[in-house]
Amino acid sequence: MRPFRYETVADPAAATAALAQDPGALLIAGGTEVVNWLKEGIVRPTRLLDVSGLPGLGAIDARPDELAIGALVTMADLADCETVRRDYPAVAEALNRSASQQLRNMATIGGNLLQRTRCPYFRAETDLPCNKRRPGSGCAAIGGADRTLAIFGWSEHCVATHPSDLAVALAALDASVTLRGLGGERTVPVAEFYRLPGDAPERDTVLDRGELITAVTVPASATARNSWYLKVRERVSYEFALVSVAAGVQVDEDGTITDARIALGGVAHGPWRLHEAEAALNGVSIDDTPAIASAVNPAFNQAQPRLQNGFKVPLAQRAVLRTLTTAVGAR
Amino acid sequence: MTREAATTAARSRVDGPAKVTGTARYTADIHPDGLVYAALVPATVPSGRITAIDTEAARSASGVLAVITHENAPRVETVEGLAQTWLPVQDDLIRHEGQPVAIVVAETTEQAQYAAELVRVTCERSPARLDFRAHRDEGHPVPTFTEPDSTVGDVDAALKDDAEVIVDQRYRTADRHHNPMEPSATIAEWRDGDLLLYDATQHVWGPRAVAAAAFGLEPERVRVRCDFLGGGFGAKGYSWPHELLAPLAAKVVGRPVRLLLTRAQMYTSHGRQTGTEQRVTLGAKKDGTLVAIRHASATPTSVADDYIEVCAAGTRSAYACPAIETRSRAVPVNLPIPTPMRAPHEGPGMAALEIAMDELAVELDTDPLELRLRNYAEADPTKGVPFSSKRLRDCYLRGAERFGWAGRPAKPRQMRDGNDLVGWGMATAIMSTFRFPATARVSVDRDGNVLIEAGSQEIGGGTYTTMPQIAAGVLGIDPARVRLALGDTALPQTGGTFGSSTTLSVGSAVADAARKLEVKLRGLADGADPARAGLGRLLSHHCLDRLEAEGSWAPGGNAVGEGPDLSIATFGAVFAEVRVDADLGLPRLSRLTGVYSAGRIINPKTARSQITGGMIWGLGQALLEESDVDVNLGRFVSKNLAGYLVPVNADVPHLDASFIEDEVDQRASPVGAKGIGELGAVGVAPAIANAVHHATGIRVRTLPIRPETLLVD
Ligand SMILES: Cc1cc2nc3c(=O)[nH]c(=O)nc-3n(C[C@H](O)[C@H](O)[C@H](O)COP(=O)(O)OP(=O)(O)OC[C@H]3O[C@@H](n4cnc5c(N)ncnc54)[C@H](O)[C@@H]3O)c2cc1C
Repeated sequence: MRPFRYETVADPAAATAALAQDPGALLIAGGTEVVNWLKEGIVRPTRLLDVSGLPGLGAIDARPDELAIGALVTMADLADCETVRRDYPAVAEALNRSASQQLRNMATIGGNLLQRTRCPYFRAETDLPCNKRRPGSGCAAIGGADRTLAIFGWSEHCVATHPSDLAVALAALDASVTLRGLGGERTVPVAEFYRLPGDAPERDTVLDRGELITAVTVPASATARNSWYLKVRERVSYEFALVSVAAGVQVDEDGTITDARIALGGVAHGPWRLHEAEAALNGVSIDDTPAIASAVNPAFNQAQPRLQNGFKVPLAQRAVLRTLTTAVGAR
Repeated sequence: MTREAATTAARSRVDGPAKVTGTARYTADIHPDGLVYAALVPATVPSGRITAIDTEAARSASGVLAVITHENAPRVETVEGLAQTWLPVQDDLIRHEGQPVAIVVAETTEQAQYAAELVRVTCERSPARLDFRAHRDEGHPVPTFTEPDSTVGDVDAALKDDAEVIVDQRYRTADRHHNPMEPSATIAEWRDGDLLLYDATQHVWGPRAVAAAAFGLEPERVRVRCDFLGGGFGAKGYSWPHELLAPLAAKVVGRPVRLLLTRAQMYTSHGRQTGTEQRVTLGAKKDGTLVAIRHASATPTSVADDYIEVCAAGTRSAYACPAIETRSRAVPVNLPIPTPMRAPHEGPGMAALEIAMDELAVELDTDPLELRLRNYAEADPTKGVPFSSKRLRDCYLRGAERFGWAGRPAKPRQMRDGNDLVGWGMATAIMSTFRFPATARVSVDRDGNVLIEAGSQEIGGGTYTTMPQIAAGVLGIDPARVRLALGDTALPQTGGTFGSSTTLSVGSAVADAARKLEVKLRGLADGADPARAGLGRLLSHHCLDRLEAEGSWAPGGNAVGEGPDLSIATFGAVFAEVRVDADLGLPRLSRLTGVYSAGRIINPKTARSQITGGMIWGLGQALLEESDVDVNLGRFVSKNLAGYLVPVNADVPHLDASFIEDEVDQRASPVGAKGIGELGAVGVAPAIANAVHHATGIRVRTLPIRPETLLVD
């Protein structure tokens, strides 16, 4: 294997400085992604900076108005947090349907958001045409096996989807990530954190070189309390989503929807929010299935299915319906 | 303990503690002194010629001892007995993606892998044929363990004149990989011109013969050992190129070499189960009596070699019918040669036949079980001979009872629970019995400890546990006093641990040796039962340190061990309940009952593990497993366990598995046993597909069953 140096970093500033100076440096937290990438030759760092011991990034702070999650909190700890289960059920459910317990014990929230696509060409044991892996090399998935890939927002350079379940729940609940770079801190909504592939699919997110994720913040709301996450997959457990839906919904005493938030997973380069559908759902009765379908389905007019993944359109539409009704039931 | 009880006790695995505590040493765990490590450089195109290999960077990388390519590799004398007729790294031809084109040997695995990445291969790609389905009518027959084709009666005439109802459909199953937990590994050590191989093989005698031929040695000068296998499922059945490349590399560097395949290399190094294109035509009278069965299949083989999946192998014996015609054809493609995988032939083949039978039941408006009973074959309809034993009727009836089949609504889409459509389906399982000659030695020492020696393998099925039970039963002693040494060509020769053949074949040789030892002991005991006198005491009394006897067993007949006057097979009845999410189209197995007629059950505990393992294998075939081929790149799309889905525990409901316990088939083997390792993997997929139809009204003829097929209103 290629030799590299391994170091622990003492504080966030040291990490950002090292990242900015050394193009061969790569952060490692839980390592559940990084180690796989090293083995498959997806990354070839000369230096691994272990951030898992950084102080101040490991706490879950459940305030009345928001949930603040340190970037180094593990998926398991967040999923087990009483407040998260009660007030942000979509988040807990997304985590519990992710990976396996062993992985969740190791994996961090920051690392989770920065995991990379599961496109089989990107993940191959060898270097195949993949613009994410080697910019300019092409995209073997176009005209190849695309059953699990994107139906929204893809480009002729890349048709990958982002695999994080958590990101979908966070996007639906209007969460944001806090980034810290050499120039200080900035906050980006999760839904805007992920880019579309365009002509630079090697960039998954708007994270700049030298930036660190320090925290994720989820605003508290009645909608978040009535939220749910549905992961549709062929294997009952331990598989990435074919499609997934995170939804939060509020209804009045008559069952009329007064607020809805919906994000899809498994369909695009990042979580895919359905803002228009959300607006159209206002005033619709939660029991009126045809009306919900008419509010939601136009969002799929923009879908551009590929050779094998056209089924994701009806599947996602039905999954949205199911999630909305489950979220209300989960009240 | 009675003799019968010793043999058929539900003993726990004697090697269980060693396996779960990590003290059991698998092939790659063995580190002879001076061991160095090999890594392969695989071809990245499916067809072509190597025009240049630049090894300079690799050779100068740290720790590298040798970079072996077709330009500098020692030539083997012959390639004989290998699963394929050619050895890579001997010429410049590329026959499939993943074919090794160079071997790097270094002081550590990491150094070897790193240097392997530095080897630059330039090749001229030539056109490749990759999609056998597009050429399904262009196949050729291939000689194999059985005839590729068979005919009794006149199917055309029966379909024209006698059939009142006809089902004629095409079915499709997926390419699947074995994916045993333990990757294949070979450790090769030359000692004064003799070769010692530690090898993850289902048949230590296979690589011995192949290596002897390749390196021009007497077979006695090659010794192959394998104490434990972490599964094989057929991937380690035949001998494969890596088993020769390791000793070849060891010859070059003059040190022992370990070649451990990566998970990705396991998708191109030792075969797979072929995908299949099948067509089944059934003709029946209105009362359900079958008058004609035709079953034809096309499966891929490689451009360089021939392998065939005889999909209709089970169809020939399944149902009483005057006209049965079967045909199997192979279509060459630029992919690695396929190989048997757990429940070859019948596994994919019975999926087609049994879905077709369900379609016929629907056409006839008959209960699917009733249809099977109406066409019950008392004798083999193709061979025209009796079965050695067959208790399938008991399986049907007992399975139906245990499952509650009588409560099944006749029409589809009648049962619903919340969001789930619920359905029940059933299918018949039938599996050929493979039998191989075996020898064994059984000895006893002065302490009364008994040792069995037989060069067989422990693949996870429980050989270390069951063979002592057989010997203990004959000798009338506690199985705990009996130990087994296996996995070594220095021991008495046996067949491979494949074809579900070990218990019946090796077990019969062990029983024979034990019986001969018992005769000797009885002589020492003046004709009394030696067990009563005490084995150790008898030896002491006669001032003997050790007493031994050799035994053997050989089936008559052909390669399947079938004589001209008997048909030997195992049977089962499988009943499945599925739940299909009405909106999301997700099919889930919720109940599975299998009742099996498989001869004498030696150890009900290990037997249950075998059969439930098979049932889960069938679940994978039905709902999850598929190795997709990318026809542009000429490679399997996902060479890892994230992209290739096998069932996890959450997919597996309680499995209700049982045997017809009082069946003993001494015409199949002296110990009365038949094979069970593969039988469980037959019949599950069609039972599930039929249950999906019953739940949804949607007929699925392609496996695995995908949610997109079930996404209709
Ligand atoms: C077999 C398997 C199954 C899986 N299944 C699922 C699933 O079903 N759903 C799902 O959502 N995920 C799944 N995952 C992915 C898993 O959730 C991620 O691997 C994990 O969350 C990554 O976290 P980590 O701490 O281990 O990240 P690491 O591997 O340590 O790092 C991942 C990336 O994040 C960067 N990074 C880490 N922390 C920071 C930080 N604070 N700031 C900036 N950059 C940082 C690293 O540099 C690296 O680029 C699966 C993974 C595996 C191996």
